Amino acid sequence: MNAEARPTVRFASSNVGALAAMKGVFARDMKVAFRQRQDLLNPLLFFIMVVSLFPLGVSPEVSFLREAGAGILWVAALLSVLLSLDHLFRHDFDDGTLEQLVLQPQPLFLLVLAKTTAHWMLTGLPLVILTPVLGVMVHLDGNSIAVLCLTLLIGTPVLSLIGAIGAALTLGLRSAGVLLSLLIIPLYIPVLIFGTGTVAAAGDGAAVGAYLALMGAFLMLALTLAPFAAAAALKISLSNG
Amino acid sequence: MAFDSFSAFIAMEGHGPYVWACYAVFFVLMVVMMAGSVRSRAAIIESCRRGYEFQADKGKVASAPASSASFARVNVSQD
Amino acid sequence: MWQFFHKLGSPKWFFGISARFMPWLLAGGILLLMAGVVWGLAFAPKDYLQGNSYRIIFIHVPTAFMAQSVYIMMASAAVVTLVWRMKLADVFVKAVAPVGLVLTFLALFTGAVWGKPTWGTWWIWDARLTSMLILLFLYGGVIALDRAINDEKSAARAVAVLVLVGVVNIPIIKYSVDWWNTLHQPATFKLTEKPSMPAEMWVPLLLSVLGLYLIFGWLACVRMQTEILCREQRTRWVKEFVMKGRV
Repeated sequence: MNAEARPTVRFASSNVGALAAMKGVFARDMKVAFRQRQDLLNPLLFFIMVVSLFPLGVSPEVSFLREAGAGILWVAALLSVLLSLDHLFRHDFDDGTLEQLVLQPQPLFLLVLAKTTAHWMLTGLPLVILTPVLGVMVHLDGNSIAVLCLTLLIGTPVLSLIGAIGAALTLGLRSAGVLLSLLIIPLYIPVLIFGTGTVAAAGDGAAVGAYLALMGAFLMLALTLAPFAAAAALKISLSNG
Repeated sequence: MAFDSFSAFIAMEGHGPYVWACYAVFFVLMVVMMAGSVRSRAAIIESCRRGYEFQADKGKVASAPASSASFARVNVSQD
Repeated sequence: MWQFFHKLGSPKWFFGISARFMPWLLAGGILLLMAGVVWGLAFAPKDYLQGNSYRIIFIHVPTAFMAQSVYIMMASAAVVTLVWRMKLADVFVKAVAPVGLVLTFLALFTGAVWGKPTWGTWWIWDARLTSMLILLFLYGGVIALDRAINDEKSAARAVAVLVLVGVVNIPIIKYSVDWWNTLHQPATFKLTEKPSMPAEMWVPLLLSVLGLYLIFGWLACVRMQTEILCREQRTRWVKEFVMKGRV
């Protein structure tokens, strides 16, 4: 990897405020990602492929797809996020940027939050944007697609945040990818349950406000707790080397 | 006693296989886990002992030539 | 008080004190468990609804209860690891995680076998069974992470973080699985909740729970001793213990 492709973090003095530091990390991650577009496309391609496996592998019947569609899309989105998590800290770990981040005077959990936000903008958000197209392909009706997009919009940040903990814990380990999935999938189950449950409720014609509020509560909980856990895990993983 | 005979106890009115399978798996796994734990502790003690004995032997071997070497040097200097 | 606290963290002290307790833990545990099991199998009256298959309860409930309490104990030890960096705490987590895994598996297995005569099927996506399955995954993750990290200290602290993240999630998982279950299966037969259980049933149950608790204590001691010996090989007291057979 040449030096040009990986800009350094430009906030190397202690008089930069925490917010400016977060902005710096965020902007840098976005810039790096757009210089390596293939890494951005991979999770999306994976998402589409997993979704298209279900009609091929189970049944292309409209009735089945309509019933299972929301679940299929949620599981596929979950797996795509999982696939992309390995990159969250990996490159920065390999080239030493991460050690610099840990040494910054700004609180590490804020920087982790900035990185995770960038990760979500680059994987979760494109998945949500892609969802209507795939929703039509699995014969979901318009209302269900709208609710599905909303649940994914609230749910994918939770996936990124929880995933950040796993990515930080498995940093620098052999077979980190598989291990990451093992650690994180059980923690994803509540989000999956409520995400698909909300769409099912919408399909039955029930009001979904309460469900969405509950998912919002998950998001708030993850937003407040996960960055701390991920930051602690990062420090442990870095002291490991 | 909740059962009239021993065979009734074994059969459990048709539920015997389920009940006994559960208890068998439970006790087998518990015994395997307990025995395994005790054995791995014994194994670590044994490997420690071997390590210490090896160190002690090496110490003896190492000290013997050292003393003879000093003697040899004395001999050379006398020449 | 603080002196006691520091002593508690000393592997050598633990080694000596646990050796004194262990025979009692093992004897008491086996005695209580056997009493509970024999009473439950042979003497407790049969359940008027489920017949004799309910006798699985006398091992199902103890294993399920222990599977959950072991995780809670691990979480408490994880806090101690992260806050006070006490050596014994991470020895405990590492030593008991596989025991928790086996107990969770046993709870699942007995639950599934119990389900066959009661529900007519081996597996049912019942809220309790599903939560236990997820608990099994959590234990698996903890063990996998511990195995993957070579450095002892970072392994202990990483595992502690993971256990704590898991314990925050357990109530959420439990709640969401309950909610999901009511969504998909309006009425399920409850395995263990009885409106009122006669004393001939709950006394043996209590005995076997206590017995398994004591046996777990013994197992934890043995496995912690193994781990301590492994870590402290180079210290003088371990050498003395190995060569002379006492601390």
